[in-house]
Amino acid sequence: MSTAVAEGKTWEGGNEPLKVSYGKMMMWFFIVSDALTFSGFLAAYGFSRFKFIDAWPIADEVFTHFPFLHGVDAPMYYVAFMTFILIISSVTMVLAVDAGHHLNKSKVTIYMFLTIVFGLIFVGSQAWEWNTFIKGDYGAVQTKGGNILQFGHYVDKDGEQVFKRVAVRDFAVSAAHQERAQHESRNGIWFASEGALPAYTMDEVIHGFQANKDVLIRTQIINEHGEKTVLSREESINQLMKNGKLYVEGANLHVNEYGSPLFADFFFFITGFHGFHVFSGVIINIIIFFNVVLGTYERRGSYEMVEKVGLYWHFVDLVWVFVFTFFYLV
Amino acid sequence: MAQEHKLEIFRGLWKFKSNIQKIWGVLLFLSIVTTIEVVLGIIKPEWSMAHVLGMKILNWIFIILTIVKAYYITWDFMHMRDETSGLRRAVVWTAIFLILYLTFILLQEGGYVFEVYDNGYIKRDF
Repeated sequence: MSTAVAEGKTWEGGNEPLKVSYGKMMMWFFIVSDALTFSGFLAAYGFSRFKFIDAWPIADEVFTHFPFLHGVDAPMYYVAFMTFILIISSVTMVLAVDAGHHLNKSKVTIYMFLTIVFGLIFVGSQAWEWNTFIKGDYGAVQTKGGNILQFGHYVDKDGEQVFKRVAVRDFAVSAAHQERAQHESRNGIWFASEGALPAYTMDEVIHGFQANKDVLIRTQIINEHGEKTVLSREESINQLMKNGKLYVEGANLHVNEYGSPLFADFFFFITGFHGFHVFSGVIINIIIFFNVVLGTYERRGSYEMVEKVGLYWHFVDLVWVFVFTFFYLV
Repeated sequence: MAQEHKLEIFRGLWKFKSNIQKIWGVLLFLSIVTTIEVVLGIIKPEWSMAHVLGMKILNWIFIILTIVKAYYITWDFMHMRDETSGLRRAVVWTAIFLILYLTFILLQEGGYVFEVYDNGYIKRDF
């Protein structure tokens, strides 16, 4: 073989050392960069968590709800269900890819459809999860320093003293309720307004707290048993009177009744960014689904497009596996 | 255009007859791993609360199981097992190297900031 021939083969194109098409390879490289983006977010979450390692909210106590089961303490079951839904959708996706390899149009159609349905169930579940998190549960008091004081009392359970949370709305005194109208721009100076007023003033919380002798305060600090510290009655009153500043219920980007506001910020940002990926994944899947139905890939003689969106869809599942671990388990 | 698939997982311990069977097998495996994670997370066994290398044993188990799941999603659902070693290394090692680096730096610094807070704003008293 002359050098010219060898050079032509090696350096002037036509060689496929990785044995994948351009589109598939670029999808892989996109996935690498997106994986690094998510890692950046999760590592930032890790940074903040390590910074407040002794005061971070305990996920089991934050995500305790299950749809249609009110008042039942079901930590993590719903997220486990969501994880399972996403894994199932990954399976239907890979079955669609496999059917595509066999040029089986009807099977690709069915499996793509199922993947879209499971994807929508997942996005819906996430919306429900957000809604529950935003609405909140027991309510808490934020201190001047931005810490959270939660309320509860000891109850007898099988001969053991167990700390049980009490909702602020159950003890706060509304008799002394003084309605202060929220200032809206439409009934005053048009350019001046204020944010929503908390449901209870500090006075009402304090009065209610003094009237209920068994209620105690639980701080953010995690003790050596891995539980949040419960203060004595005197300390509780002292903390509430001296440092209590604002009644908060639920979570948003500013306040968070479950603990550090950073937890809520990262929760909204990371699960939101992931949810956005799932949502765009569903949209792309729908487009591909219609292309399959219309026979575009049938005519092309190759279902590689299904394989490419499949890679993206599996990646979304892959990210969720990590989000699940770092937000809910660890 | 039927492609070649490698049909065994666990280093040949579990062989499948077809690609579809392998998919269901991997689903079964992933479901079992997820169930173990959730059960451990709810029970929180006493022995797993001990600290090893700065973290609870339970958390280490969670992280290792997560990586195991990630491996099977990538290798079998995304067919990384069937790609050339060149593509596999370009994708996997690049990501792993950069992620390990980033995580190490940020967690290390986060721990440092915590200690500064914890020790009354003194980290090193010469």
